[in-house]
Amino acid sequence: MSVNEKIVADLVNNGIEFVTTVPCKQLAGVIDEIDRCDAIYHIPANKEDEGMGLCAGASMGGKRSAIIMQNTAIGVTINTLVTLIQYYHIPLPMLISYRGELGEPVACQVEMAVHTKALLAQLNIPTYHFHAAADVNELDTILKHCFMSKKPVAILTDASFWKGA
Amino acid sequence: MIRSEVLKSIIPVISEQLVVCNIGLPSQELHMLDDQPSNFYMLGTMGLSSSIGLGLALAQREQVIAIDGDGSVLTNFGTLPTIANNVADNYILLIIDNGSYGSTGDQPTYAGLKTSLTEVARACGCENVVECKAEDTAEALQRALASKQMTIIVCKCESGNIKVPVIDMDPVVIKHRFMQEVRARNEQ
Ligand SMILES: [Mg+2]
Repeated sequence: MSVNEKIVADLVNNGIEFVTTVPCKQLAGVIDEIDRCDAIYHIPANKEDEGMGLCAGASMGGKRSAIIMQNTAIGVTINTLVTLIQYYHIPLPMLISYRGELGEPVACQVEMAVHTKALLAQLNIPTYHFHAAADVNELDTILKHCFMSKKPVAILTDASFWKGA
Repeated sequence: MIRSEVLKSIIPVISEQLVVCNIGLPSQELHMLDDQPSNFYMLGTMGLSSSIGLGLALAQREQVIAIDGDGSVLTNFGTLPTIANNVADNYILLIIDNGSYGSTGDQPTYAGLKTSLTEVARACGCENVVECKAEDTAEALQRALASKQMTIIVCKCESGNIKVPVIDMDPVVIKHRFMQEVRARNEQ
């Protein structure tokens, strides 16, 4: 089973049926896998805050939802995370491409990488960092924790993780 | 007619429906006029009423009316292509277009100037886009509900506000009450 198949299997096994995505190079494989998965309604969003609105609606409609996005989106979505997702206690797993870490070819990505964990910590968002290939084994437990606690949860996946995967 | 009068005129049509209502005065007015467990009030997050409504419509089978404003649609313009390309026939987006940012003091929006939200929605690929005068909104909504086709209604009305109290219900209570209602209707 590839890492992308494993990630999508964990989403499905945790009852997630609605996934919104804004693409990133590192996430291309998992987004393809989401698209192929019949158990998941895949709805690409134009902006990540829009995507979180879609997820909030699906969640209230009884479908567990998740968002897949890049870490630059943390800058876009702070207001939505605070005044919608956290304020209304909506569970939201966020599978995030952690650009700007070791191996990054694009200098500008580092500018957001240095703020990513600090922002998530400031927002009191439980944050998990996948660096080694085996870290993916924790995904199932993280998803269960997210729906138990009804909070947004960040899963940062860096270049080393995707390289080793 | 101003927005609060439009809302008052559509209460007989929307009272029994699942409604997602835009932040600020629209939610406060709806809450004051006709508070229902089937109403979801946004207390924050400008722009996302149409997105929350679409997510809700795609996730379950009951009809959903998302009430939005011109300013809010302008702030989340990406929503219109997403709506056009993810057709949910149980979804109606009602844009109450008063050409101004009502909740912040009626500053003009571009929708009240050169930009037609009706034309933008059509250009984005939305198939059933209806523009109506304020006094025809209830009828347009009734027709959209009966058609069982995804519809965008752009209601052109005057700007202006009335005094309304803020909503002091807790967000989690609003959500819990709404979700119970959604679940009960889908179980029938
Ligand atoms: Mg307005």
